[in-house]
Amino acid sequence: MDGPDAVSPSPSAELVSLKSAWRRRARDLRPSRWGDVIFSGTTLLCSLSVLAIVGLVLFELVVRSKLSIAQFGWQFFIGRDWDPVSGEFGALPFIYGTLVSSAVALVIAVPLSVGVAVFINEMCPRVLRGALSFLVELLATIPSVIYGLWAIFVLAPLLRNTLQPWLAKYFGWSGLFTGPPFGIGMLAAGVILAIMVIPIIASITREVITAVPQSQREAVLALGSTRWEMVRMGVLRNARAGILGGIILGLGRALGETMAVTMVIGNTPQIAASLFAPGYTMASVIANEFSEATGNLYLSALIEIGLALFIITVVVNVIARLLVWTVTRGVPAGAHAQ
Amino acid sequence: MRNSSGFRTWRRRLTDRLATVTALAAAVAVVAPLLAIFAYLVYRGVGAINWAFLTQTPKPVGEVGGGMSNAIVGSALILAVASAIGIPLGIASGIYLAEHGGSRITRYVRFTADVLNGVPSIVIGIAVYGLVVLQQKHFSAFSGGVALGIMMIPTITRTTEEMLLMVPASVREAALGLGIPHWRASLSVVLRTAASGVITGVMLAFARVAGETAPLLFTAFGSQYWNFKLDQPTAALPLQIYVYAISPFEEWHRQAWAGALILIILIVISVGAVRFVTSRGMMKGTS
Repeated sequence: MDGPDAVSPSPSAELVSLKSAWRRRARDLRPSRWGDVIFSGTTLLCSLSVLAIVGLVLFELVVRSKLSIAQFGWQFFIGRDWDPVSGEFGALPFIYGTLVSSAVALVIAVPLSVGVAVFINEMCPRVLRGALSFLVELLATIPSVIYGLWAIFVLAPLLRNTLQPWLAKYFGWSGLFTGPPFGIGMLAAGVILAIMVIPIIASITREVITAVPQSQREAVLALGSTRWEMVRMGVLRNARAGILGGIILGLGRALGETMAVTMVIGNTPQIAASLFAPGYTMASVIANEFSEATGNLYLSALIEIGLALFIITVVVNVIARLLVWTVTRGVPAGAHAQ
Repeated sequence: MRNSSGFRTWRRRLTDRLATVTALAAAVAVVAPLLAIFAYLVYRGVGAINWAFLTQTPKPVGEVGGGMSNAIVGSALILAVASAIGIPLGIASGIYLAEHGGSRITRYVRFTADVLNGVPSIVIGIAVYGLVVLQQKHFSAFSGGVALGIMMIPTITRTTEEMLLMVPASVREAALGLGIPHWRASLSVVLRTAASGVITGVMLAFARVAGETAPLLFTAFGSQYWNFKLDQPTAALPLQIYVYAISPFEEWHRQAWAGALILIILIVISVGAVRFVTSRGMMKGTS
């Protein structure tokens, strides 16, 4: 005997049966634990599938690029020659193309996206705000392949006939804008990438400048500042870490973007200083050559490029998320620095 | 003294004006390509869409006519597989994240979902090629669906979690107070309350993968013929647009524009539906 039954020295048989009946009834009324166990178990498994997928992707990339890693080692990333016929695989032209096209994209996209974010959040008349932010978000929903299509038939001719001759005439001395203007090439890839990453950088920038406390704006205005001084000192300075995070997030997108770039970059594995020259990116070479790769080494080399792309984008994304968190969670970095 | 401070004020005002004009110019410069793309899509696409385009399969090079009907059906097939994989997995893992907020596992999952969201689609394509195509020994609609389904998961997981967390705890407590089991409260009360938000996430994920091309290049692969089987190579609308766009034939370019217009209409409808549903949902929430 234990529990309450043991306390009463001589319970009547009637009372005992009443108590156990009560207990049984309580047990019947209590919801079954099994439903909850099954439910949380299932949802847990689904959650873990996210981890499993990333693990499997990494595993798959590592295993299938082993051949190329063993064959070339680090030389793979500094080799300048990509010649599948003679079995030479150096990824440097693709790494160069990826970095340069993304850099061009950021140079164009950063001022525009910060500008549009500041305009929407701080300057725009209230009536226009909703429509304008919807239009900027809409840019993010256009598929890459449609950007590419438009770039081939509209952007490239536009560059060839107007922008490139102008750049060559006035900025040709810099060495960046020399050679015949094809339209198709590194510059076209950079411009189309810029249009594609603007909505990402702009939306993160809007998110972080919304997170800047209103009191910061009011404090600067109370000192007699103009609106621009308020934006510069009260808003942008407090949000800069988050804006940087948004820029890096945009960089991550630009590095891995495939279709639009493949359609306009010219797909030539070379390292040329001029932005007019055609190039090639890591993602494009996979897109173009993967399904036609003959031989295990060729395929393995392409997958190693994919592995490198995976690692770069993961690192870039992690840095970006951490930066955005510093602003949207808790005190903005450097808020009281000056 | 007075003069110099007057000059300074004047200069500060001028800078302020200039900054406003610059920001406005940036806004115009961002919206202009969007309008240009839509205008050109409609301009080139409308004339190219006709009955044949919607009902016929591609004609051989050099012949005029033919259409993308098989690609439209192929896209539907691939997206059905993707939704069957991505939607339940995404929603279920979102529920887990929302209900077990602070645990270590949820932090890892949340972080990994964000990372997966940033992985280039072509890399997902390579992984699915190794995991599915090589095992099946041929390209297939199924493998394309797996690739797109994987890409849907992180978006759906994170939006589901966010939407569920917005449901007040009192709603759940009221349900539990009636004596229904925890899991019923989660599914029939909390999830239903957040339904419009969860659907938003699903539609955004759907719209995002509907236009994806890169991971299909070596999974679904493309085809010039009808296909209704999951284990066969399949045409897809974005793939067909890509192939036609980079081809040297005027007739194919025309069809690429038509396909692009249909694709963008599909996507704008799903995004527009989202805005409609969410704006109604928000009104319901505040009133």
